[in-house]
Amino acid sequence: MVKISPRPFDPWVEVREYQDAAQMAGKFGATNLFVGTMRDFNEGDDVVGMTLEYYPGMTERALENIVREAGERWPIIDALVVHRVGDIRPGEPIVLVAVWTSHRGDAFDAARHIMEALKSRAPFWKKELLKAKGERWVAHNTDGYLKGE
Amino acid sequence: MSIKVRYFASLKERIGRAEENAAIAEPVTAKSLWQQCVPELPPPEQVLVAINLEYADWDSLVRDGDEVAFFPPVTGG
Repeated sequence: MVKISPRPFDPWVEVREYQDAAQMAGKFGATNLFVGTMRDFNEGDDVVGMTLEYYPGMTERALENIVREAGERWPIIDALVVHRVGDIRPGEPIVLVAVWTSHRGDAFDAARHIMEALKSRAPFWKKELLKAKGERWVAHNTDGYLKGE
Repeated sequence: MSIKVRYFASLKERIGRAEENAAIAEPVTAKSLWQQCVPELPPPEQVLVAINLEYADWDSLVRDGDEVAFFPPVTGG
């Protein structure tokens, strides 16, 4: 399932509630979670806030396509993607990717793939509010396989 | 024929509007549509194109009733 969240969310509650509702206990052996959280620094500047814009309709579709593609490549039992939009404060979660599979390798690999595809293809745009320099659009995402993004 | 054209993020701020309707007499490429709607700015190379909520190319054809979006590289996650 793919979810856009205009309000703060608790990734641990999201995962627990989704897993309970999906009634998959006993069916999976591995769960891999990735949580991306807003930092209070970027490119040497103090960041005090951020606004995340998205493209309603296309963003959900892009995320669903990414999850479906991962399901064609790895034997995924279920997956949950939650992405925050709107005004965000440092320390708040931005994105959650959770993947349930039978075995750990597929859970790690599929979650990583979903996250990297999201970074490069899902229509979201970050505008940072800097402590000293006003607003700044983030220009582009880096390749997570090459750098520590 | 009418096309809905949308702009997002820094591109929206640079152009000064979020969306507009464009009239076209026949199917045109996304690039032609851009030149018609934003004549003051050559199509930026890094700008991405979507037609009806799916990624497309500058050379993709736009038809009556389509929704076309132009936006900068994505920065989510």
